[in-house]
Amino acid sequence: MNRLNQLFNIKKDNLLSIYYTAGYPGLNTTLDIAEALEKTGVDFLEIGFPYSDPVADGPTIQHSSEKALESGMNLNLLFEQLADLRKRVTIPILLMGYVNPMIQYGVERFCKKAAEVGVDGVIVPDLPMYEYETLYADHFQANNLSNIFLVTPQTSEDRIRKIDELSNSFIYLLSSSSITGGNLQVSINIEDYYKRIKAMRLKNPAIIGFGISDNKTFTKACEYAAGAIVGSAFVKLLGTEGYMEKIDGFVKGIRP
Amino acid sequence: MKYGVNEQGYYGDFGGAYIPEMLYPNVEELRQRYLTIINDDAFKAEFEQLLKDYVGRPSPLYHAKRYSEKYGANIFFKREDLNHTGSHKINNAIGQILLAKRLGKKRIIAETGAGQHGVATATVCALMGIECVVYMGEIDMARQAPNVSRMKMLGAKVVPATSGSKTLKDATNEALRDWIGNPVDTHYIIGSVVGPYPYPDMVARFQSIISLETKKQLLEHTGKELPEYVMACVGGGSNAMGMFYHFLDDETVKLVAVEAAGKGVDSGHSAATTFLGREGVLHGSRTILMQTDDGQVVEPYSISAGLDYPGIGPQHAHLYKINRAQYVSVTDDEALQAGLLCCQLEGIIPAIETAHALAQLEKMKFAKDDNIVICISGRGDKDLDTYIKYFGY
Repeated sequence: MNRLNQLFNIKKDNLLSIYYTAGYPGLNTTLDIAEALEKTGVDFLEIGFPYSDPVADGPTIQHSSEKALESGMNLNLLFEQLADLRKRVTIPILLMGYVNPMIQYGVERFCKKAAEVGVDGVIVPDLPMYEYETLYADHFQANNLSNIFLVTPQTSEDRIRKIDELSNSFIYLLSSSSITGGNLQVSINIEDYYKRIKAMRLKNPAIIGFGISDNKTFTKACEYAAGAIVGSAFVKLLGTEGYMEKIDGFVKGIRP
Repeated sequence: MKYGVNEQGYYGDFGGAYIPEMLYPNVEELRQRYLTIINDDAFKAEFEQLLKDYVGRPSPLYHAKRYSEKYGANIFFKREDLNHTGSHKINNAIGQILLAKRLGKKRIIAETGAGQHGVATATVCALMGIECVVYMGEIDMARQAPNVSRMKMLGAKVVPATSGSKTLKDATNEALRDWIGNPVDTHYIIGSVVGPYPYPDMVARFQSIISLETKKQLLEHTGKELPEYVMACVGGGSNAMGMFYHFLDDETVKLVAVEAAGKGVDSGHSAATTFLGREGVLHGSRTILMQTDDGQVVEPYSISAGLDYPGIGPQHAHLYKINRAQYVSVTDDEALQAGLLCCQLEGIIPAIETAHALAQLEKMKFAKDDNIVICISGRGDKDLDTYIKYFGY
């Protein structure tokens, strides 16, 4: 059981997670931001490792990835920075990124290293189920890492069942089929989709992401799921001056 | 087919569909339906009719006598440059637009580098009266301005890709992002044998008409179906895959794929993927790509915008790894010289992409009776500026 499992055992609703890109806005700000976010009461974090061709991301996260890569962020450096992670931060941590940097680092080595520094799970949007199961699942399990799968309004019920089976912490529910940084528009169709998922009584809780940017969208998401993830809106804040002082207010603005 | 794709979408270690969940329904729909659709008799009849009446197929197999004399063997040009829109790209665009119609799609998106695939896609969309959006790197739009105008005249909307390096790989990223946001009504016409399965197989099948015709034509010319060598240039690799396709299982036929070395393989300005790349994942498939130690995709360079791509199709990666085809590279200078030679010996101005394949002839040793087929993948009208600047005409 990792920290994510423990968290979901005790807390069933109103969960808030924040995403940000490692190495942005400064090369060495990764842990300082994590620490500041924990102080505001955020439940868990997703730290992105940057990639040159992030097809699932909108302009905000693309920009942060480009800047981080320009500054020299890479997986070796990230794991060095995270060596002190568990001295400074206690909440669950996920790493999020694309599969090619992981393959070059070595997926087995990546999983071992992640576990060693105290990471609890990984989100890899372009790692499909088949390849995960046949090539990599053993490494994730051996290191007690949760692999998080995405579900969209177009994902079939059969596939959602299969994802639920392969998951052991939570399912990442996309608010719509879109890249990151869009606006959550709760239409009748979306409500139907959330209700459909809820009615499936999955074993894993669902957390809604993509398009969650303020209290209104967060509250709406929490009506249907165990919580929500804020990414682009927070990364935008990191691009402004004096962002460290603004983190507390930003988080409280989303979940008072 | 011995070298074909397996049920999971792999060619040996390469292929698959490394896509985010948002693209899964689109790609899965294609996977489930593409073979049924393209093997359907009505589809085949419509495809063949358009290839004949609209594209102008079969494209000639021309016995290049002065080339044959120069290189001491029988050299044949497969004239894809004579196709409507000026290159082999139209074969795939016709196939995919017919497929998109049968899938009930109302909107087409495409990526383009030099603009050849963009023009082919805009053309078939005009033909079918379907909305067309082409993504093109901002830098490519500037260096291939006439093709941008052509696409606009054909009714397509051309959207600049302003992210990353602002070239073909970024145009591909933008097209994928568009598809994520428009999962129901849109079909993405990928222009090469790249992308998630089933694209590499589907595009190869649409381009395989090149080698199908070649076999018949070669029989008429030489009394034999099989040549000693088949040669083509490779960016993503669609003309090469079309040219190789029906020869793959004939192991006596030597297949030669010519990559763009740019200013030299070790110059830091090159697109010679098999020389400089390593295994990884690019645009949805496991393949060989140019990348840093950290797995970041490297921006390639070639004077030819059509070969300026950091990866190759997964089937090429497989043919390379198991040595079924030989992968070589040719520099900008060698290609331009070969292009000029082709003008002066045969009266054909080849695309600079094609000129790479022609340049490889200089480096090969043939026996007198060898038959060699080279795919003349496109015509050089779009490259006149580059030729003129280089040679000072």
